[in-house]
Amino acid sequence: MNISTRVENNFLVLYLDGELDEATAAGVREAMDNCLMTTNSLEVVVDLTGLTFMDSTGIGVLIGRFKKLKGTGKRLYVRNPSRSVDKIFQMAGLYNILPLVGA
Amino acid sequence: MKHINEMTLTIKAMSQNESFARSVVAAFCVPLNPTIEQINDIKTAVSEAVTNAIVHAYEYKGGDIVIWAGLSEKALHIKISDTGKGINNVDEALQPFYTTKPEEERSGMGFTVMQTFCDKVQVESSVGKGTTVTLYKDLQQRSERFDA
Repeated sequence: MNISTRVENNFLVLYLDGELDEATAAGVREAMDNCLMTTNSLEVVVDLTGLTFMDSTGIGVLIGRFKKLKGTGKRLYVRNPSRSVDKIFQMAGLYNILPLVGA
Repeated sequence: MKHINEMTLTIKAMSQNESFARSVVAAFCVPLNPTIEQINDIKTAVSEAVTNAIVHAYEYKGGDIVIWAGLSEKALHIKISDTGKGINNVDEALQPFYTTKPEEERSGMGFTVMQTFCDKVQVESSVGKGTTVTLYKDLQQRSERFDA
Protein backbone atom coordinates (compact mmCIF):
# COMPACT_ATOMS: atom_id res chain seq x y z
CA MET A 1 0.00 0.00 0.00
CA ASN A 2 1.34 3.41 -0.95
CA ILE A 3 -0.05 6.63 0.53
CA SER A 4 0.67 10.03 -0.92
CA THR A 5 -0.82 13.50 -0.45
CA ARG A 6 -1.44 16.57 -2.51
CA VAL A 7 -3.11 19.90 -1.79
CA GLU A 8 -5.91 20.70 -4.24
CA ASN A 9 -8.00 23.88 -3.86
CA ASN A 10 -7.44 24.10 -0.08
CA PHE A 11 -8.29 20.40 0.37
CA LEU A 12 -5.70 17.90 1.45
CA VAL A 13 -6.11 14.90 -0.84
CA LEU A 14 -4.81 11.60 0.46
CA TYR A 15 -4.27 8.93 -2.20
CA LEU A 16 -4.50 5.26 -1.20
CA ASP A 17 -2.83 2.98 -3.76
CA GLY A 18 -2.88 -0.78 -3.26
CA GLU A 19 -4.84 -3.20 -1.08
CA LEU A 20 -6.31 -2.44 2.34
CA ASP A 21 -6.57 -5.60 4.41
CA GLU A 22 -5.16 -7.08 7.62
CA ALA A 23 -1.65 -7.15 6.14
CA THR A 24 -1.58 -3.42 5.34
CA ALA A 25 -3.97 -1.99 7.96
CA ALA A 26 -1.37 -1.00 10.58
CA GLY A 27 0.73 0.91 8.04
CA VAL A 28 -2.31 2.66 6.58
CA ARG A 29 -3.53 3.61 10.06
CA GLU A 30 -0.16 5.13 10.98
CA ALA A 31 0.34 6.93 7.68
CA MET A 32 -3.18 8.36 7.67
CA ASP A 33 -2.87 9.52 11.27
CA ASN A 34 0.40 11.28 10.48
CA CYS A 35 -1.25 13.14 7.59
CA LEU A 36 -4.53 13.90 9.36
CA MET A 37 -3.05 15.12 12.62
CA THR A 38 -0.40 17.36 11.07
CA THR A 39 -2.38 18.96 8.26
CA ASN A 40 -3.89 22.41 8.64
CA SER A 41 -6.61 21.57 6.13
CA LEU A 42 -10.01 21.19 7.73
CA GLU A 43 -11.33 19.09 4.90
CA VAL A 44 -9.47 15.99 3.80
CA VAL A 45 -10.45 13.93 0.78
CA VAL A 46 -9.34 10.29 0.61
CA ASP A 47 -8.93 9.43 -3.07
CA LEU A 48 -9.72 5.74 -3.59
CA THR A 49 -8.93 5.56 -7.31
CA GLY A 50 -5.90 3.34 -6.68
CA LEU A 51 -7.46 1.22 -3.93
CA THR A 52 -7.74 -2.14 -5.65
CA PHE A 53 -9.06 -4.16 -2.71
CA MET A 54 -10.65 -3.51 0.66
CA ASP A 55 -12.32 -5.83 3.15
CA SER A 56 -13.93 -5.26 6.57
CA THR A 57 -10.53 -4.58 8.13
CA GLY A 58 -10.53 -1.45 5.98
CA ILE A 59 -13.95 -0.50 7.32
CA GLY A 60 -12.49 -0.56 10.82
CA VAL A 61 -9.48 1.51 9.77
CA LEU A 62 -11.64 4.22 8.17
CA ILE A 63 -14.16 4.36 11.02
CA GLY A 64 -11.20 4.63 13.39
CA ARG A 65 -9.84 7.65 11.49
CA PHE A 66 -13.29 9.25 11.51
CA LYS A 67 -13.47 8.84 15.30
CA LYS A 68 -9.98 10.27 15.76
CA LEU A 69 -10.94 13.42 13.90
CA LYS A 70 -13.96 14.06 16.12
CA GLY A 71 -13.54 17.31 17.99
CA THR A 72 -10.68 18.50 15.78
CA GLY A 73 -12.95 20.37 13.38
CA LYS A 74 -11.54 18.34 10.50
CA ARG A 75 -13.77 16.38 8.14
CA LEU A 76 -13.02 13.36 6.04
CA TYR A 77 -14.49 12.65 2.61
CA VAL A 78 -13.90 9.95 0.00
CA ARG A 79 -13.92 9.96 -3.78
CA ASN A 80 -13.56 7.61 -6.75
CA PRO A 81 -14.16 4.19 -5.15
CA SER A 82 -14.01 1.18 -7.47
CA ARG A 83 -17.18 -0.87 -7.85
CA SER A 84 -16.03 -3.45 -5.31
CA VAL A 85 -14.92 -0.83 -2.76
CA ASP A 86 -18.20 1.03 -3.32
CA LYS A 87 -20.07 -2.20 -2.53
CA ILE A 88 -18.27 -2.45 0.83
CA PHE A 89 -18.97 1.22 1.59
CA GLN A 90 -22.66 0.87 0.77
CA MET A 91 -23.06 -2.34 2.74
CA ALA A 92 -21.45 -0.84 5.85
CA GLY A 93 -23.17 2.53 5.53
CA LEU A 94 -19.75 4.20 5.44
CA TYR A 95 -20.91 7.08 3.23
CA ASN A 96 -22.98 8.33 6.18
CA ILE A 97 -19.81 9.25 8.05
CA LEU A 98 -17.39 9.59 5.14
CA PRO A 99 -19.41 11.41 2.47
CA LEU A 100 -18.71 10.69 -1.19
CA VAL A 101 -17.59 13.73 -3.17
CA GLY A 102 -17.02 14.17 -6.90
CA ALA A 103 -13.61 13.90 -8.52
CA MET B 1 -23.08 -31.68 -5.34
CA LYS B 2 -20.72 -33.19 -7.89
CA HIS B 3 -17.50 -31.26 -8.31
CA ILE B 4 -15.63 -31.13 -11.59
CA ASN B 5 -12.50 -29.87 -9.89
CA GLU B 6 -11.20 -29.47 -6.34
CA MET B 7 -8.21 -27.88 -4.65
CA THR B 8 -6.78 -27.74 -1.15
CA LEU B 9 -4.39 -25.08 0.04
CA THR B 10 -2.78 -24.93 3.48
CA ILE B 11 -1.33 -21.60 4.57
CA LYS B 12 0.22 -20.29 7.74
CA ALA B 13 -2.06 -17.92 9.65
CA MET B 14 -0.13 -14.81 8.67
CA SER B 15 -1.68 -11.65 7.27
CA GLN B 16 0.89 -11.64 4.45
CA ASN B 17 -0.83 -14.78 3.11
CA GLU B 18 -4.28 -13.21 2.78
CA SER B 19 -3.71 -11.72 -0.64
CA PHE B 20 -2.23 -14.99 -1.90
CA ALA B 21 -5.14 -17.05 -0.53
CA ARG B 22 -7.89 -14.91 -2.05
CA SER B 23 -6.07 -14.71 -5.39
CA VAL B 24 -5.66 -18.50 -5.56
CA VAL B 25 -9.35 -19.15 -4.92
CA ALA B 26 -10.36 -16.46 -7.41
CA ALA B 27 -8.07 -17.97 -10.05
CA PHE B 28 -9.44 -21.45 -9.35
CA CYS B 29 -12.99 -20.47 -10.39
CA VAL B 30 -11.94 -18.84 -13.68
CA PRO B 31 -13.02 -21.90 -15.76
CA LEU B 32 -16.64 -20.96 -14.94
CA ASN B 33 -16.05 -17.57 -16.56
CA PRO B 34 -17.10 -15.42 -13.62
CA THR B 35 -17.68 -11.69 -13.95
CA ILE B 36 -15.19 -9.24 -12.44
CA GLU B 37 -17.79 -8.50 -9.75
CA GLN B 38 -18.13 -12.19 -8.88
CA ILE B 39 -14.35 -12.55 -8.67
CA ASN B 40 -14.16 -9.53 -6.37
CA ASP B 41 -16.98 -10.95 -4.22
CA ILE B 42 -15.11 -14.24 -3.84
CA LYS B 43 -11.82 -12.52 -3.04
CA THR B 44 -13.48 -10.37 -0.39
CA ALA B 45 -15.33 -13.25 1.27
CA VAL B 46 -12.19 -15.42 1.37
CA SER B 47 -10.22 -12.54 2.82
CA GLU B 48 -12.78 -12.13 5.61
CA ALA B 49 -12.68 -15.80 6.59
CA VAL B 50 -8.88 -15.91 6.53
CA THR B 51 -8.67 -12.71 8.59
CA ASN B 52 -11.02 -14.21 11.17
CA ALA B 53 -8.76 -17.24 11.49
CA ILE B 54 -5.62 -15.11 11.90
CA VAL B 55 -7.09 -12.54 14.28
CA HIS B 56 -9.73 -14.40 16.26
CA ALA B 57 -9.07 -18.13 15.99
CA TYR B 58 -5.30 -17.98 16.46
CA GLU B 59 -5.10 -14.46 17.96
CA TYR B 60 -1.98 -13.65 15.90
CA LYS B 61 -0.07 -16.61 17.36
CA GLY B 62 -0.06 -18.55 14.12
CA GLY B 63 -1.37 -21.94 13.07
CA ASP B 64 -2.58 -23.58 9.89
CA ILE B 65 -5.51 -22.47 7.77
CA VAL B 66 -6.83 -25.04 5.32
CA ILE B 67 -8.72 -23.76 2.30
CA TRP B 68 -10.63 -26.27 0.23
CA ALA B 69 -12.51 -25.25 -2.90
CA GLY B 70 -14.77 -27.30 -5.13
CA LEU B 71 -16.05 -26.27 -8.51
CA SER B 72 -19.30 -27.66 -9.86
CA GLU B 73 -20.69 -26.80 -13.28
CA LYS B 74 -22.40 -23.74 -11.90
CA ALA B 75 -20.98 -22.82 -8.50
CA LEU B 76 -17.99 -22.49 -6.25
CA HIS B 77 -17.89 -24.09 -2.79
CA ILE B 78 -15.22 -22.98 -0.35
CA LYS B 79 -14.38 -24.34 3.10
CA ILE B 80 -11.94 -22.39 5.25
CA SER B 81 -10.89 -24.21 8.41
CA ASP B 82 -8.73 -23.50 11.40
CA THR B 83 -7.91 -25.39 14.57
CA GLY B 84 -7.93 -22.31 16.77
CA LYS B 85 -9.94 -21.31 19.83
CA GLY B 86 -13.39 -21.64 18.27
CA ILE B 87 -16.44 -19.40 18.64
CA ASN B 88 -18.50 -19.43 21.85
CA ASN B 89 -21.72 -18.23 20.30
CA VAL B 90 -21.95 -18.42 16.51
CA ASP B 91 -25.32 -16.64 16.31
CA GLU B 92 -23.88 -13.68 18.22
CA ALA B 93 -20.73 -13.64 16.07
CA LEU B 94 -22.88 -13.43 12.93
CA GLN B 95 -24.54 -10.21 14.07
CA PRO B 96 -23.41 -7.07 12.19
CA PHE B 97 -20.92 -4.93 14.14
CA TYR B 98 -20.37 -7.64 16.73
CA THR B 99 -16.68 -7.83 17.66
CA THR B 100 -14.69 -9.17 20.57
CA LYS B 101 -11.86 -6.75 19.76
CA PRO B 102 -13.32 -3.23 19.58
CA GLU B 103 -10.07 -1.80 20.96
CA GLU B 104 -8.36 -2.89 17.73
CA GLU B 105 -10.72 -0.88 15.54
CA ARG B 106 -12.38 -4.08 14.33
CA SER B 107 -15.56 -3.32 12.44
CA GLY B 108 -17.36 -6.55 13.35
CA MET B 109 -18.54 -6.81 9.75
CA GLY B 110 -16.59 -9.86 8.62
CA PHE B 111 -19.45 -12.37 8.58
CA THR B 112 -21.85 -9.73 7.25
CA VAL B 113 -19.50 -9.15 4.31
CA MET B 114 -19.36 -12.91 3.65
CA GLN B 115 -23.16 -13.11 3.76
CA THR B 116 -23.50 -10.13 1.43
CA PHE B 117 -20.94 -11.31 -1.10
CA CYS B 118 -21.84 -15.02 -1.17
CA ASP B 119 -25.12 -16.85 -1.74
CA LYS B 120 -24.79 -19.08 1.33
CA VAL B 121 -22.58 -18.95 4.42
CA GLN B 122 -22.37 -21.65 7.06
CA VAL B 123 -20.28 -21.52 10.22
CA GLU B 124 -19.45 -24.60 12.29
CA SER B 125 -17.38 -24.08 15.39
CA SER B 126 -16.31 -25.97 18.47
CA VAL B 127 -14.66 -24.17 21.37
CA GLY B 128 -11.05 -25.27 21.73
CA LYS B 129 -11.13 -27.22 18.46
CA GLY B 130 -11.65 -24.73 15.69
CA THR B 131 -13.96 -23.27 13.09
CA THR B 132 -14.96 -24.10 9.53
CA VAL B 133 -16.61 -21.46 7.37
CA THR B 134 -18.38 -22.77 4.27
CA LEU B 135 -19.10 -20.34 1.45
CA TYR B 136 -21.23 -20.98 -1.63
CA LYS B 137 -21.19 -18.70 -4.65
CA ASP B 138 -23.52 -19.29 -7.58
CA LEU B 139 -21.62 -18.43 -10.77
CA GLN B 140 -24.37 -19.39 -13.20
CA GLN B 141 -26.54 -16.30 -12.73
CA ARG B 142 -24.24 -14.23 -14.87
CA SER B 143 -24.02 -16.82 -17.68
CA GLU B 144 -27.80 -17.00 -17.95
CA ARG B 145 -28.03 -13.22 -18.12
CA PHE B 146 -25.51 -13.04 -20.91
CA ASP B 147 -26.92 -16.00 -22.84
CA ALA B 148 -30.47 -14.61 -22.79
